Amino acid sequence: MRKYSGFALVREAMRAHKGWDRQWASPEPKPEYDVIIIGAGGHGLATAYYLAKEHGITNVAVLEKGWLGGGNTGRNTTIIRSNYLYDESAGLYDHAVKLWENLSQDLNYNVMYSPRGVMMLAHNVHDVQVFKRHIHANRLNGVDNEWLTPEAAKEYCPPLNISSTARYPVMGAALQRRGGTARHDAVAWGYARAASDRGVHIIQNCEVTGVRRGADGAVTGVETSRGFIGAKKVGVVAAGNTSVIMQMADVRMPLESFPLQALVSEPVKPCFPCVVMSNTVHAYISQSDKGELVIGAGTDQYTSYSQTGGLHIIQHTLDAICEMFPMFTRMRMLRSWGGIVDVTPDRSPIIAKTPVSGLYVNCGWGTGGFKATPGSGHVFAHTIANDNPHPINAGYTMERFKTGRLIDEAAAAAVAH
Amino acid sequence: MLLIHCPYCGEERPELEFRHAGEAHIARPENIAEISDEDFAHYFFYRDNPKGVTFERWRHMHGCGRFFNAVRDSVSDKFLTTYKAGEPKPDIADAANENQINTSKGQGAK
Ligand SMILES: Cc1cc2nc3c(=O)[nH]c(=O)nc-3n(C[C@H](O)[C@H](O)[C@H](O)COP(=O)(O)OP(=O)(O)OC[C@H]3O[C@@H](n4cnc5c(N)ncnc54)[C@H](O)[C@@H]3O)c2cc1C
Ligand SMILES: [Zn+2]
Repeated sequence: MRKYSGFALVREAMRAHKGWDRQWASPEPKPEYDVIIIGAGGHGLATAYYLAKEHGITNVAVLEKGWLGGGNTGRNTTIIRSNYLYDESAGLYDHAVKLWENLSQDLNYNVMYSPRGVMMLAHNVHDVQVFKRHIHANRLNGVDNEWLTPEAAKEYCPPLNISSTARYPVMGAALQRRGGTARHDAVAWGYARAASDRGVHIIQNCEVTGVRRGADGAVTGVETSRGFIGAKKVGVVAAGNTSVIMQMADVRMPLESFPLQALVSEPVKPCFPCVVMSNTVHAYISQSDKGELVIGAGTDQYTSYSQTGGLHIIQHTLDAICEMFPMFTRMRMLRSWGGIVDVTPDRSPIIAKTPVSGLYVNCGWGTGGFKATPGSGHVFAHTIANDNPHPINAGYTMERFKTGRLIDEAAAAAVAH
Repeated sequence: MLLIHCPYCGEERPELEFRHAGEAHIARPENIAEISDEDFAHYFFYRDNPKGVTFERWRHMHGCGRFFNAVRDSVSDKFLTTYKAGEPKPDIADAANENQINTSKGQGAK
Protein backbone atom coordinates (compact mmCIF):
# COMPACT_ATOMS: atom_id res chain seq x y z
CA MET A 1 0.00 0.00 0.00
CA ARG A 2 1.31 3.41 -0.98
CA LYS A 3 1.26 5.79 1.97
CA TYR A 4 -0.90 8.88 1.77
CA SER A 5 1.08 12.06 2.52
CA GLY A 6 1.51 15.64 1.45
CA PHE A 7 4.42 14.49 -0.68
CA ALA A 8 2.27 11.83 -2.39
CA LEU A 9 -0.34 14.50 -3.21
CA VAL A 10 2.27 16.72 -4.86
CA ARG A 11 3.78 13.75 -6.73
CA GLU A 12 0.39 12.68 -8.06
CA ALA A 13 -0.59 16.22 -8.92
CA MET A 14 2.40 16.31 -11.24
CA ARG A 15 1.44 13.10 -13.06
CA ALA A 16 -2.31 13.53 -13.50
CA HIS A 17 -3.18 11.40 -10.46
CA LYS A 18 -2.47 8.17 -12.30
CA GLY A 19 -0.46 6.53 -9.54
CA TRP A 20 -3.07 6.05 -6.82
CA ASP A 21 -3.78 2.44 -5.82
CA ARG A 22 -7.23 1.01 -5.23
CA GLN A 23 -7.94 1.49 -1.54
CA TRP A 24 -8.80 -2.16 -0.90
CA ALA A 25 -8.70 -5.41 -2.85
CA SER A 26 -11.86 -7.29 -3.93
CA PRO A 27 -10.73 -10.93 -3.80
CA GLU A 28 -12.78 -14.05 -4.52
CA PRO A 29 -13.73 -15.81 -1.28
CA LYS A 30 -11.40 -18.65 -0.20
CA PRO A 31 -12.95 -21.97 0.93
CA GLU A 32 -11.89 -21.34 4.51
CA TYR A 33 -10.61 -18.60 6.83
CA ASP A 34 -9.43 -18.52 10.44
CA VAL A 35 -12.02 -15.88 11.28
CA ILE A 36 -15.11 -14.64 9.45
CA ILE A 37 -16.65 -11.32 10.38
CA ILE A 38 -20.27 -10.83 9.25
CA GLY A 39 -20.95 -7.17 8.46
CA ALA A 40 -18.58 -4.61 6.94
CA GLY A 41 -19.70 -1.62 8.96
CA GLY A 42 -17.19 0.36 10.98
CA HIS A 43 -17.29 -2.10 13.86
CA GLY A 44 -16.75 -5.19 11.69
CA LEU A 45 -13.94 -3.60 9.67
CA ALA A 46 -12.26 -2.29 12.83
CA THR A 47 -12.47 -5.78 14.34
CA ALA A 48 -10.73 -7.24 11.28
CA TYR A 49 -8.08 -4.53 11.34
CA TYR A 50 -7.21 -5.10 15.01
CA LEU A 51 -7.27 -8.90 14.56
CA ALA A 52 -4.54 -8.42 11.97
CA LYS A 53 -2.65 -5.62 13.66
CA GLU A 54 -2.76 -6.57 17.33
CA HIS A 55 -3.14 -10.35 17.18
CA GLY A 56 -1.38 -11.32 13.94
CA ILE A 57 -4.51 -13.05 12.64
CA THR A 58 -4.62 -12.08 8.97
CA ASN A 59 -6.49 -15.02 7.43
CA VAL A 60 -9.73 -13.13 7.95
CA ALA A 61 -12.75 -12.40 5.75
CA VAL A 62 -15.29 -9.64 6.29
CA LEU A 63 -18.56 -10.57 4.54
CA GLU A 64 -20.95 -7.78 3.60
CA LYS A 65 -24.35 -8.24 1.98
CA GLY A 66 -24.31 -4.78 0.37
CA TRP A 67 -21.44 -2.33 0.11
CA LEU A 68 -19.06 -1.64 2.98
CA GLY A 69 -20.13 1.18 5.26
CA GLY A 70 -23.66 1.17 3.75
CA GLY A 71 -25.37 0.27 7.03
CA ASN A 72 -25.65 2.45 10.09
CA THR A 73 -22.01 3.46 9.75
CA GLY A 74 -22.84 5.48 6.63
CA ARG A 75 -26.18 6.71 8.00
CA ASN A 76 -25.33 8.14 11.40
CA THR A 77 -24.91 11.69 12.66
CA THR A 78 -21.32 10.95 13.81
CA ILE A 79 -21.52 12.27 17.35
CA ILE A 80 -18.57 11.16 19.48
CA ARG A 81 -18.54 11.47 23.25
CA SER A 82 -17.77 9.34 26.30
CA ASN A 83 -19.71 10.99 29.14
CA TYR A 84 -21.94 8.02 29.97
CA LEU A 85 -22.87 7.32 33.58
CA TYR A 86 -21.55 3.90 34.56
CA ASP A 87 -17.97 2.78 35.14
CA GLU A 88 -18.18 0.09 32.44
CA SER A 89 -19.40 2.71 29.95
CA ALA A 90 -16.68 5.18 30.88
CA GLY A 91 -14.13 2.40 30.32
CA LEU A 92 -15.47 1.43 26.91
CA TYR A 93 -16.38 4.80 25.40
CA ASP A 94 -13.31 6.60 26.70
CA HIS A 95 -11.14 3.78 25.34
CA ALA A 96 -12.68 4.65 21.97
CA VAL A 97 -12.14 8.41 22.34
CA LYS A 98 -8.46 7.79 23.10
CA LEU A 99 -8.18 5.72 19.91
CA TRP A 100 -10.03 8.40 17.89
CA GLU A 101 -7.39 10.93 18.90
CA ASN A 102 -4.69 9.09 16.94
CA LEU A 103 -6.80 7.17 14.44
CA SER A 104 -5.94 9.16 11.30
CA GLN A 105 -2.22 8.59 11.93
CA ASP A 106 -2.72 4.94 12.83
CA LEU A 107 -4.72 4.19 9.66
CA ASN A 108 -2.85 6.68 7.44
CA TYR A 109 -6.32 7.92 6.49
CA ASN A 110 -7.91 11.23 7.39
CA VAL A 111 -11.00 10.29 9.39
CA MET A 112 -11.55 13.99 10.14
CA TYR A 113 -11.96 13.49 13.86
CA SER A 114 -12.97 16.91 15.13
CA PRO A 115 -13.16 17.32 18.92
CA ARG A 116 -15.26 20.46 18.69
CA GLY A 117 -17.16 19.79 21.92
CA VAL A 118 -20.51 18.12 22.54
CA MET A 119 -23.01 20.15 24.53
CA MET A 120 -26.10 18.49 26.01
CA LEU A 121 -28.91 20.85 26.87
CA ALA A 122 -30.90 20.69 30.10
CA HIS A 123 -34.51 21.85 29.70
CA ASN A 124 -36.02 21.03 33.09
CA VAL A 125 -35.06 20.39 36.71
CA HIS A 126 -34.80 16.67 36.10
CA ASP A 127 -32.32 17.22 33.24
CA VAL A 128 -30.24 19.52 35.45
CA GLN A 129 -30.03 16.93 38.22
CA VAL A 130 -29.28 14.05 35.87
CA PHE A 131 -26.56 15.96 34.00
CA LYS A 132 -24.88 17.10 37.21
CA ARG A 133 -24.90 13.52 38.42
CA HIS A 134 -23.29 12.47 35.14
CA ILE A 135 -20.66 15.19 35.46
CA HIS A 136 -19.67 14.01 38.94
CA ALA A 137 -19.62 10.36 37.88
CA ASN A 138 -17.58 11.20 34.78
CA ARG A 139 -15.02 13.15 36.76
CA LEU A 140 -14.56 10.28 39.19
CA ASN A 141 -13.79 8.14 36.14
CA GLY A 142 -11.34 10.69 34.72
CA VAL A 143 -13.70 11.61 31.86
CA ASP A 144 -14.02 15.34 31.16
CA ASN A 145 -17.49 16.86 31.41
CA GLU A 146 -18.43 20.25 32.81
CA TRP A 147 -21.55 22.23 33.74
CA LEU A 148 -22.38 25.42 31.85
CA THR A 149 -24.89 28.11 32.80
CA PRO A 150 -27.28 29.15 30.01
CA GLU A 151 -25.11 32.22 29.36
CA ALA A 152 -21.94 30.14 29.14
CA ALA A 153 -23.75 27.71 26.85
CA LYS A 154 -24.69 30.58 24.53
CA GLU A 155 -21.13 31.83 24.55
CA TYR A 156 -19.95 28.37 23.48
CA CYS A 157 -22.68 28.11 20.85
CA PRO A 158 -23.90 31.59 19.80
CA PRO A 159 -26.89 30.43 17.67
CA LEU A 160 -28.53 28.99 20.79
CA ASN A 161 -31.76 30.64 21.97
CA ILE A 162 -31.64 30.91 25.77
CA SER A 163 -34.68 33.14 26.18
CA SER A 164 -36.73 32.15 29.21
CA THR A 165 -39.90 32.31 27.10
CA ALA A 166 -38.66 29.65 24.69
CA ARG A 167 -40.89 26.60 24.41
CA TYR A 168 -37.97 24.49 25.65
CA PRO A 169 -36.05 26.90 27.90
CA VAL A 170 -32.35 26.15 28.36
CA MET A 171 -31.55 25.77 32.06
CA GLY A 172 -27.90 24.91 31.50
CA ALA A 173 -25.80 22.37 29.67
CA ALA A 174 -23.19 19.65 30.12
CA LEU A 175 -20.16 20.10 27.88
CA GLN A 176 -17.62 17.47 26.96
CA ARG A 177 -14.86 19.34 25.15
CA ARG A 178 -13.13 16.17 23.86
CA GLY A 179 -16.40 15.11 22.20
CA GLY A 180 -17.08 15.95 18.58
CA THR A 181 -17.54 14.31 15.19
CA ALA A 182 -15.67 12.31 12.55
CA ARG A 183 -16.30 11.58 8.88
CA HIS A 184 -18.31 8.33 8.96
CA ASP A 185 -17.46 7.08 5.44
CA ALA A 186 -13.79 7.78 5.99
CA VAL A 187 -13.85 5.62 9.11
CA ALA A 188 -15.20 2.65 7.15
CA TRP A 189 -12.89 3.28 4.20
CA GLY A 190 -9.83 3.87 6.39
CA TYR A 191 -10.31 0.64 8.31
CA ALA A 192 -11.08 -1.26 5.09
CA ARG A 193 -7.92 0.00 3.41
CA ALA A 194 -5.71 -0.69 6.42
CA ALA A 195 -7.21 -4.15 6.99
CA SER A 196 -6.95 -5.08 3.31
CA ASP A 197 -3.33 -3.96 3.38
CA ARG A 198 -2.66 -6.50 6.15
CA GLY A 199 -4.21 -9.32 4.15
CA VAL A 200 -7.84 -9.24 5.30
CA HIS A 201 -10.34 -10.18 2.56
CA ILE A 202 -13.25 -7.78 2.29
CA ILE A 203 -16.01 -9.48 0.32
CA GLN A 204 -18.92 -7.26 -0.64
CA ASN A 205 -22.25 -8.35 -2.16
CA CYS A 206 -22.00 -11.52 -0.12
CA GLU A 207 -25.01 -12.10 2.11
CA VAL A 208 -24.79 -14.60 4.93
CA THR A 209 -27.87 -16.85 4.77
CA GLY A 210 -27.00 -19.56 7.27
CA VAL A 211 -24.60 -20.54 10.03
CA ARG A 212 -23.30 -24.10 9.78
CA ARG A 213 -22.50 -26.03 12.95
CA GLY A 214 -20.77 -29.37 13.48
CA ALA A 215 -21.93 -32.40 15.47
CA ASP A 216 -20.52 -30.87 18.66
CA GLY A 217 -22.54 -27.70 18.07
CA ALA A 218 -19.51 -25.57 17.29
CA VAL A 219 -19.45 -23.26 14.30
CA THR A 220 -17.87 -24.65 11.11
CA GLY A 221 -18.67 -21.83 8.70
CA VAL A 222 -21.39 -19.82 7.01
CA GLU A 223 -23.68 -20.26 4.00
CA THR A 224 -23.62 -17.21 1.78
CA SER A 225 -25.06 -15.99 -1.51
CA ARG A 226 -21.63 -16.90 -2.91
CA GLY A 227 -21.51 -20.40 -1.46
CA PHE A 228 -20.28 -22.01 1.75
CA ILE A 229 -17.27 -20.44 3.47
CA GLY A 230 -15.62 -22.28 6.34
CA ALA A 231 -14.29 -20.83 9.59
CA LYS A 232 -13.99 -22.06 13.17
CA LYS A 233 -14.56 -18.57 14.50
CA VAL A 234 -17.36 -16.29 13.32
CA GLY A 235 -18.02 -12.79 14.63
CA VAL A 236 -21.46 -11.28 14.04
CA VAL A 237 -21.31 -7.49 13.71
CA ALA A 238 -24.55 -6.80 11.86
CA ALA A 239 -26.27 -4.03 13.88
CA GLY A 240 -30.04 -4.06 13.14
CA ASN A 241 -29.86 -7.50 11.49
CA THR A 242 -28.20 -9.26 14.42
CA SER A 243 -31.33 -11.11 15.60
CA VAL A 244 -31.82 -12.51 12.10
CA ILE A 245 -28.29 -13.86 11.82
CA MET A 246 -28.15 -15.19 15.38
CA GLN A 247 -31.38 -17.06 14.73
CA MET A 248 -29.54 -18.94 11.97
CA ALA A 249 -27.45 -20.37 14.81
CA ASP A 250 -30.53 -20.93 17.01
CA VAL A 251 -29.59 -18.17 19.42
CA ARG A 252 -32.36 -15.81 20.57
CA MET A 253 -31.21 -12.30 21.47
CA PRO A 254 -32.25 -9.61 23.97
CA LEU A 255 -32.63 -7.18 21.05
CA GLU A 256 -35.27 -5.20 19.21
CA SER A 257 -34.67 -3.41 15.90
CA PHE A 258 -36.06 0.08 15.36
CA PRO A 259 -35.84 2.67 12.57
CA LEU A 260 -33.78 5.76 13.41
CA GLN A 261 -33.70 8.74 11.09
CA ALA A 262 -31.43 11.64 10.25
CA LEU A 263 -31.46 14.47 7.75
CA VAL A 264 -29.21 17.16 6.31
CA SER A 265 -29.88 20.70 5.18
CA GLU A 266 -28.60 22.53 2.15
CA PRO A 267 -24.93 23.44 2.66
CA VAL A 268 -24.16 26.86 4.11
CA LYS A 269 -21.08 28.71 5.31
CA PRO A 270 -19.67 27.78 8.74
CA CYS A 271 -22.23 28.94 11.30
CA PHE A 272 -22.44 26.23 13.92
CA PRO A 273 -19.33 25.65 16.02
CA CYS A 274 -20.02 22.50 18.03
CA VAL A 275 -22.38 19.59 18.51
CA VAL A 276 -25.59 20.25 20.43
CA MET A 277 -27.81 17.47 21.72
CA SER A 278 -31.10 17.65 23.47
CA ASN A 279 -32.41 14.34 24.72
CA THR A 280 -35.55 15.89 26.11
CA VAL A 281 -36.78 17.30 22.81
CA HIS A 282 -35.05 14.64 20.67
CA ALA A 283 -32.79 16.74 18.52
CA TYR A 284 -29.10 16.56 17.69
CA ILE A 285 -27.29 18.97 15.44
CA SER A 286 -23.86 19.78 14.09
CA GLN A 287 -22.46 21.18 10.84
CA SER A 288 -20.47 18.98 8.50
CA ASP A 289 -17.34 20.17 6.72
CA LYS A 290 -19.40 20.30 3.53
CA GLY A 291 -21.55 22.90 5.29
CA GLU A 292 -24.73 20.87 5.75
CA LEU A 293 -26.49 20.89 9.07
CA VAL A 294 -26.57 17.27 10.20
CA ILE A 295 -29.66 16.60 12.28
CA GLY A 296 -30.62 13.44 14.11
CA ALA A 297 -34.15 12.47 15.13
CA GLY A 298 -35.58 9.87 17.51
CA THR A 299 -36.51 6.25 16.82
CA ASP A 300 -39.92 5.17 15.64
CA GLN A 301 -41.94 3.39 18.31
CA TYR A 302 -42.40 0.10 16.46
CA THR A 303 -39.84 -2.53 15.47
CA SER A 304 -38.99 -2.56 11.79
CA TYR A 305 -36.40 -3.56 9.19
CA SER A 306 -37.69 -1.11 6.59
CA GLN A 307 -34.84 1.45 6.80
CA THR A 308 -37.44 4.21 6.65
CA GLY A 309 -39.24 5.93 9.48
CA GLY A 310 -42.30 8.12 9.92
CA LEU A 311 -42.24 11.69 8.67
CA HIS A 312 -43.80 12.98 11.88
CA ILE A 313 -40.66 11.95 13.77
CA ILE A 314 -38.52 14.24 11.65
CA GLN A 315 -41.08 17.02 11.83
CA HIS A 316 -41.04 16.85 15.61
CA THR A 317 -37.25 17.14 15.59
CA LEU A 318 -37.29 20.11 13.24
CA ASP A 319 -39.86 21.87 15.45
CA ALA A 320 -37.40 21.59 18.31
CA ILE A 321 -34.40 22.66 16.21
CA CYS A 322 -36.22 25.81 15.03
CA GLU A 323 -37.20 26.68 18.60
CA MET A 324 -33.69 26.28 19.93
CA PHE A 325 -31.96 27.89 16.94
CA PRO A 326 -34.35 30.46 15.43
CA MET A 327 -31.81 31.34 12.72
CA PHE A 328 -32.45 27.96 11.08
CA THR A 329 -36.19 28.43 10.58
CA ARG A 330 -35.78 29.19 6.87
CA MET A 331 -33.17 26.54 6.09
CA ARG A 332 -34.21 23.97 3.49
CA MET A 333 -33.64 20.32 4.16
CA LEU A 334 -31.98 18.30 1.41
CA ARG A 335 -32.20 14.62 2.28
CA SER A 336 -33.48 12.34 5.02
CA TRP A 337 -32.94 8.63 5.54
CA GLY A 338 -33.27 5.86 8.09
CA GLY A 339 -31.13 3.12 9.54
CA ILE A 340 -32.15 0.10 11.62
CA VAL A 341 -30.69 0.13 15.10
CA ASP A 342 -30.52 -2.87 17.43
CA VAL A 343 -31.52 -1.91 20.95
CA THR A 344 -30.85 -3.86 24.16
CA PRO A 345 -33.04 -3.54 27.26
CA ASP A 346 -30.34 -1.56 29.13
CA ARG A 347 -29.15 0.41 26.05
CA SER A 348 -25.61 -0.91 26.44
CA PRO A 349 -23.99 -3.14 23.81
CA ILE A 350 -23.19 -6.85 23.91
CA ILE A 351 -19.57 -7.63 22.97
CA ALA A 352 -19.14 -11.24 23.91
CA LYS A 353 -18.96 -14.95 23.37
CA THR A 354 -22.30 -16.69 22.78
CA PRO A 355 -23.75 -20.03 23.90
CA VAL A 356 -22.46 -21.44 20.57
CA SER A 357 -18.78 -22.36 20.57
CA GLY A 358 -16.83 -20.30 18.01
CA LEU A 359 -19.64 -17.76 17.58
CA TYR A 360 -19.08 -14.24 18.86
CA VAL A 361 -21.36 -11.23 18.77
CA ASN A 362 -20.86 -7.47 18.84
CA CYS A 363 -24.26 -5.78 18.78
CA GLY A 364 -26.82 -3.76 20.67
CA TRP A 365 -25.16 -0.44 19.92
CA GLY A 366 -28.57 0.97 19.24
CA THR A 367 -28.68 4.65 18.51
CA GLY A 368 -25.14 5.42 19.63
CA GLY A 369 -22.39 3.06 18.48
CA PHE A 370 -20.50 5.13 15.92
CA LYS A 371 -18.57 6.89 18.67
CA ALA A 372 -17.32 3.55 19.94
CA THR A 373 -16.17 2.15 16.58
CA PRO A 374 -12.41 1.98 17.29
CA GLY A 375 -12.78 0.80 20.88
CA SER A 376 -15.45 -1.74 19.97
CA GLY A 377 -13.35 -3.28 17.19
CA HIS A 378 -10.31 -3.30 19.44
CA VAL A 379 -11.86 -5.21 22.34
CA PHE A 380 -13.92 -7.49 20.09
CA ALA A 381 -10.77 -8.53 18.20
CA HIS A 382 -9.22 -9.36 21.59
CA THR A 383 -12.30 -11.40 22.53
CA ILE A 384 -12.20 -13.43 19.30
CA ALA A 385 -8.42 -13.91 19.28
CA ASN A 386 -8.24 -15.09 22.91
CA ASP A 387 -11.69 -16.66 23.19
CA ASN A 388 -11.95 -14.42 26.25
CA PRO A 389 -13.01 -10.80 26.71
CA HIS A 390 -10.70 -7.85 27.20
CA PRO A 391 -11.08 -6.38 30.73
CA ILE A 392 -12.89 -3.40 29.15
CA ASN A 393 -15.72 -5.51 27.67
CA ALA A 394 -15.83 -8.20 30.36
CA GLY A 395 -19.16 -6.88 31.65
CA TYR A 396 -20.79 -6.59 28.22
CA THR A 397 -22.09 -10.16 28.13
CA MET A 398 -25.48 -11.63 27.32
CA GLU A 399 -25.45 -13.27 30.77
CA ARG A 400 -26.02 -9.90 32.38
CA PHE A 401 -29.70 -10.20 31.49
CA LYS A 402 -29.77 -13.41 33.51
CA THR A 403 -27.75 -12.24 36.50
CA GLY A 404 -29.32 -8.78 36.57
CA ARG A 405 -25.90 -7.11 36.44
CA LEU A 406 -27.11 -4.59 33.84
CA ILE A 407 -25.18 -1.58 32.55
CA ASP A 408 -28.29 0.50 32.69
CA GLU A 409 -27.63 3.54 30.55
CA ALA A 410 -31.33 3.35 29.61
CA ALA A 411 -32.35 4.31 33.12
CA ALA A 412 -29.50 6.80 33.30
CA ALA A 413 -30.31 8.81 30.20
CA ALA A 414 -33.66 7.64 28.77
CA VAL A 415 -32.19 8.14 25.31
CA ALA A 416 -28.58 8.27 24.25
CA HIS A 417 -26.53 9.04 21.18
CA MET B 1 -46.93 7.44 9.71
CA LEU B 2 -48.82 4.18 10.05
CA LEU B 3 -52.60 3.91 9.78
CA ILE B 4 -53.79 1.46 12.40
CA HIS B 5 -57.15 -0.30 12.64
CA CYS B 6 -58.35 -0.41 16.25
CA PRO B 7 -60.45 -3.60 16.64
CA TYR B 8 -62.43 -2.00 19.49
CA CYS B 9 -63.24 1.31 17.80
CA GLY B 10 -63.58 -0.44 14.45
CA GLU B 11 -61.77 2.39 12.73
CA GLU B 12 -58.47 3.12 11.02
CA ARG B 13 -56.71 5.92 12.88
CA PRO B 14 -53.30 7.64 12.58
CA GLU B 15 -50.36 6.17 14.48
CA LEU B 16 -50.12 9.27 16.69
CA GLU B 17 -53.16 8.00 18.62
CA PHE B 18 -51.40 4.74 19.47
CA ARG B 19 -48.53 3.51 21.58
CA HIS B 20 -46.56 0.46 20.51
CA ALA B 21 -46.35 -2.01 23.39
CA GLY B 22 -43.86 -4.66 22.32
CA GLU B 23 -44.02 -8.25 21.15
CA ALA B 24 -47.41 -9.95 21.61
CA HIS B 25 -48.32 -13.32 23.13
CA ILE B 26 -45.63 -13.24 25.79
CA ALA B 27 -47.37 -14.80 28.76
CA ARG B 28 -46.09 -13.98 32.22
CA PRO B 29 -45.24 -17.30 33.90
CA GLU B 30 -47.73 -18.03 36.67
CA ASN B 31 -45.02 -19.47 38.92
CA ILE B 32 -42.72 -16.49 38.41
CA ALA B 33 -40.95 -16.92 41.77
CA GLU B 34 -39.97 -20.48 40.94
CA ILE B 35 -38.70 -20.23 37.37
CA SER B 36 -34.95 -20.15 36.69
CA ASP B 37 -33.07 -16.91 36.07
CA GLU B 38 -32.53 -18.12 32.52
CA ASP B 39 -36.26 -18.54 31.94
CA PHE B 40 -36.96 -15.20 33.54
CA ALA B 41 -34.42 -13.51 31.26
CA HIS B 42 -36.14 -15.05 28.23
CA TYR B 43 -39.55 -13.95 29.40
CA PHE B 44 -38.44 -10.46 30.37
CA PHE B 45 -35.55 -9.41 28.11
CA TYR B 46 -35.28 -11.73 25.10
CA ARG B 47 -37.34 -11.12 21.96
CA ASP B 48 -37.86 -12.85 18.60
CA ASN B 49 -37.45 -9.54 16.76
CA PRO B 50 -38.50 -11.12 13.46
CA LYS B 51 -37.70 -9.80 10.01
CA GLY B 52 -41.02 -10.49 8.30
CA VAL B 53 -44.30 -11.29 10.02
CA THR B 54 -44.37 -9.93 13.56
CA PHE B 55 -47.04 -10.18 16.26
CA GLU B 56 -47.16 -7.10 18.41
CA ARG B 57 -49.24 -5.22 20.95
CA TRP B 58 -50.58 -1.72 20.48
CA ARG B 59 -52.54 0.52 22.80
CA HIS B 60 -55.08 3.01 21.53
CA MET B 61 -53.79 5.63 23.98
CA HIS B 62 -55.64 8.67 22.65
CA GLY B 63 -58.78 6.77 21.70
CA CYS B 64 -60.48 3.98 23.58
CA GLY B 65 -57.34 3.39 25.68
CA ARG B 66 -57.38 -0.36 25.16
CA PHE B 67 -54.64 -2.86 24.31
CA PHE B 68 -54.97 -5.04 21.22
CA ASN B 69 -52.74 -7.17 19.01
CA ALA B 70 -51.60 -6.71 15.44
CA VAL B 71 -49.85 -8.74 12.77
CA ARG B 72 -47.48 -6.67 10.69
CA ASP B 73 -44.73 -7.28 8.16
CA SER B 74 -41.65 -5.66 9.67
CA VAL B 75 -40.02 -5.22 6.26
CA SER B 76 -42.85 -3.36 4.48
CA ASP B 77 -44.48 -2.14 7.74
CA LYS B 78 -47.85 -3.23 6.28
CA PHE B 79 -50.47 -4.52 8.72
CA LEU B 80 -51.97 -7.92 7.91
CA THR B 81 -54.64 -7.74 10.58
CA THR B 82 -55.43 -6.51 14.09
CA TYR B 83 -57.45 -8.36 16.73
CA LYS B 84 -58.66 -7.97 20.28
CA ALA B 85 -56.52 -8.83 23.30
CA GLY B 86 -57.14 -12.36 24.50
CA GLU B 87 -58.07 -13.67 21.06
CA PRO B 88 -55.83 -16.46 19.75
CA LYS B 89 -52.99 -15.84 17.31
CA PRO B 90 -54.60 -15.73 13.87
CA ASP B 91 -53.38 -18.07 11.16
CA ILE B 92 -51.48 -15.62 9.05
CA ALA B 93 -50.56 -17.85 6.11
CA ASP B 94 -53.60 -16.76 4.06
CA ALA B 95 -53.26 -13.11 4.86
CA ALA B 96 -49.55 -13.27 4.08
CA ASN B 97 -50.21 -14.88 0.68
CA GLU B 98 -52.69 -12.19 -0.18
CA ASN B 99 -50.16 -9.53 0.69
CA GLN B 100 -47.31 -11.42 -0.98
CA ILE B 101 -45.32 -11.67 2.18
CA ASN B 102 -42.73 -14.38 2.53
CA THR B 103 -43.28 -16.02 5.89
CA SER B 104 -40.49 -18.57 5.53
CA LYS B 105 -37.78 -15.94 5.31
CA GLY B 106 -36.05 -14.78 8.44
CA GLN B 107 -37.82 -15.58 11.64
CA GLY B 108 -41.38 -15.99 10.48
CA ALA B 109 -44.30 -16.66 12.74
CA LYS B 110 -43.76 -18.89 15.74
C1 LIG C 1 -29.80 7.93 11.84
C2 LIG C 1 -28.76 7.42 12.79
C3 LIG C 1 -28.02 8.31 13.56
C4 LIG C 1 -27.04 7.87 14.44
N1 LIG C 1 -26.30 8.78 15.11
C5 LIG C 1 -25.26 8.37 15.89
C6 LIG C 1 -24.41 9.33 16.50
O1 LIG C 1 -24.57 10.53 16.34
N2 LIG C 1 -23.38 8.88 17.26
C7 LIG C 1 -23.16 7.55 17.45
O2 LIG C 1 -22.23 7.20 18.17
N3 LIG C 1 -23.94 6.61 16.85
C8 LIG C 1 -24.98 6.98 16.07
N4 LIG C 1 -25.78 6.05 15.46
C9 LIG C 1 -25.54 4.62 15.70
C10 LIG C 1 -24.40 4.09 14.85
O3 LIG C 1 -24.63 4.41 13.50
C11 LIG C 1 -24.28 2.57 14.97
O4 LIG C 1 -24.29 2.16 16.32
C12 LIG C 1 -22.97 2.08 14.37
O5 LIG C 1 -22.68 2.72 13.15
C13 LIG C 1 -23.04 0.59 14.16
O6 LIG C 1 -21.94 0.17 13.39
P1 LIG C 1 -21.85 -1.31 12.90
O7 LIG C 1 -20.59 -1.44 12.15
O8 LIG C 1 -22.07 -2.21 14.06
O9 LIG C 1 -23.17 -1.48 11.99
P2 LIG C 1 -23.44 -1.19 10.45
O10 LIG C 1 -22.66 -0.05 9.94
O11 LIG C 1 -24.91 -1.15 10.27
O12 LIG C 1 -22.85 -2.50 9.77
C14 LIG C 1 -23.50 -3.75 9.79
C15 LIG C 1 -23.34 -4.34 8.42
O13 LIG C 1 -23.82 -5.68 8.43
C16 LIG C 1 -24.32 -5.95 7.17
N5 LIG C 1 -25.17 -7.14 7.21
C17 LIG C 1 -26.38 -7.28 7.81
N6 LIG C 1 -26.86 -8.51 7.60
C18 LIG C 1 -25.94 -9.18 6.86
C19 LIG C 1 -25.87 -10.50 6.32
N7 LIG C 1 -26.86 -11.38 6.50
N8 LIG C 1 -24.77 -10.85 5.62
C20 LIG C 1 -23.77 -9.96 5.41
N9 LIG C 1 -23.79 -8.70 5.90
C21 LIG C 1 -24.86 -8.31 6.62
C22 LIG C 1 -25.08 -4.68 6.82
O14 LIG C 1 -25.30 -4.56 5.42
C23 LIG C 1 -24.16 -3.60 7.36
O15 LIG C 1 -23.29 -3.05 6.40
C24 LIG C 1 -26.79 6.47 14.58
C25 LIG C 1 -27.53 5.56 13.81
C26 LIG C 1 -28.49 6.01 12.90
C27 LIG C 1 -29.26 5.01 12.07
ZN1 LIG D 1 -59.71 2.18 20.01
